[in-house]
Amino acid sequence: MCALCGVLLEQHWAEQDPAEQRAGRRARVFRVKLANRVLGHFGLRLDDWSGRMYVLSDRKGRTTVVENLGVLWVEAERLAGRPLDPLDPALVASLDG
Amino acid sequence: MTADGKLPVALVTGFLGSGKTTLIASLLGHPAMGETAVIVNEIGEIGIDHHLLRRVDERTVLLKSGCVCCTLRGDLADELRDLLSRRERGEIPAFDRVVVETTGLADPAPVVYTLLSEPVVKHHYELQSVVTTVDAQHGLSREESFRQAAAADTLVVTKTDVAPASALARQLARLNPAARVLEASFGAVEPDVLLAPVDHRPEPSMPDSHADHSHGDVTAVTVELDGPIDWTAFGIWLTMLLQARGSEIYRVKGLLDVGAAGPLLLNGVQHVVHPPVHLDAWPDDDRGSRIVFIGLHLERDELARSLAAFDRAARNP
Repeated sequence: MCALCGVLLEQHWAEQDPAEQRAGRRARVFRVKLANRVLGHFGLRLDDWSGRMYVLSDRKGRTTVVENLGVLWVEAERLAGRPLDPLDPALVASLDG
Repeated sequence: MTADGKLPVALVTGFLGSGKTTLIASLLGHPAMGETAVIVNEIGEIGIDHHLLRRVDERTVLLKSGCVCCTLRGDLADELRDLLSRRERGEIPAFDRVVVETTGLADPAPVVYTLLSEPVVKHHYELQSVVTTVDAQHGLSREESFRQAAAADTLVVTKTDVAPASALARQLARLNPAARVLEASFGAVEPDVLLAPVDHRPEPSMPDSHADHSHGDVTAVTVELDGPIDWTAFGIWLTMLLQARGSEIYRVKGLLDVGAAGPLLLNGVQHVVHPPVHLDAWPDDDRGSRIVFIGLHLERDELARSLAAFDRAARNP
């Protein structure tokens, strides 16, 4: 349990890496960097917060704390004000650009 | 006990009148079942013999996400915790496994979610198998029955004495290529076959690369990728996909090539994804990533194109 925010911290399935492609801190840095490739398309940005949480922000300066990748997309949709679909052809094109 | 020292749980689901109770009653009469605790919604039809029988009233706790499948079944969590407490105090005999029977209209995802996420429950119990009964006479019709069939690790075609099962068995194999399909008359299935742990190897029945199948609006598509996939990219992609389209995705199951000696086993029911398991070795010479999606409005090429773009982005983040 995080004493600061009271949120039960458990590792989300997508943040586990049983095949150990990357070590812990390096994996987290990489995850944030890659998530920002996607979030940037929607005008959003993710930052690591003390290695345990993330801070999601938009261009208006609104921010929210998220625990993991599962919650990230719920909050990202809320900040963006629309569904964020990974199958969106414009997003796919921007990732390849 | 499982390899992790947990109590194995089998979830038995299936539409109204599809033979869940008959199947469980038959199982409980088998010596190989050992001591089994059974959690049901209705008591009275199952012959209990020496087994523990507990009744729960379906009670759900909607979490703040508001998502139906990520709903905690408070009744089930309470019952599973109570079984542990009473077992430790010696008030009930030690039991070796638990069988949970859902109601005919129940969505299995909240039960899976409860078993995977409730802190005490997941520490002591392990969901080993989801068994779904389908009546050979009536097959699948309502949305609930499709969701139940998609969630299955094992599909049991019941009442084969009343109606022929072969056509339905083939239909089910196409609908859920991640499951094994058995046929049973009067619930006669060997427990070691039925309740075997969730398969950690891909089933031979997984579809060929271009065999996609539709039943009404429900489709099973298989996405295959050549070469190792970046796990971080995959995690970002699938969590985003399940948020965007989770209500339309009934099941995700597959093996992923992540560049290690063995693959990662992926298994999810709606939004609820099991922790990925790294297998020591591939089951055969085919080393490509292969993921089955079951649900509505699924297009294989669209899924594959998007996933490949996320994976390429990981090479140049």
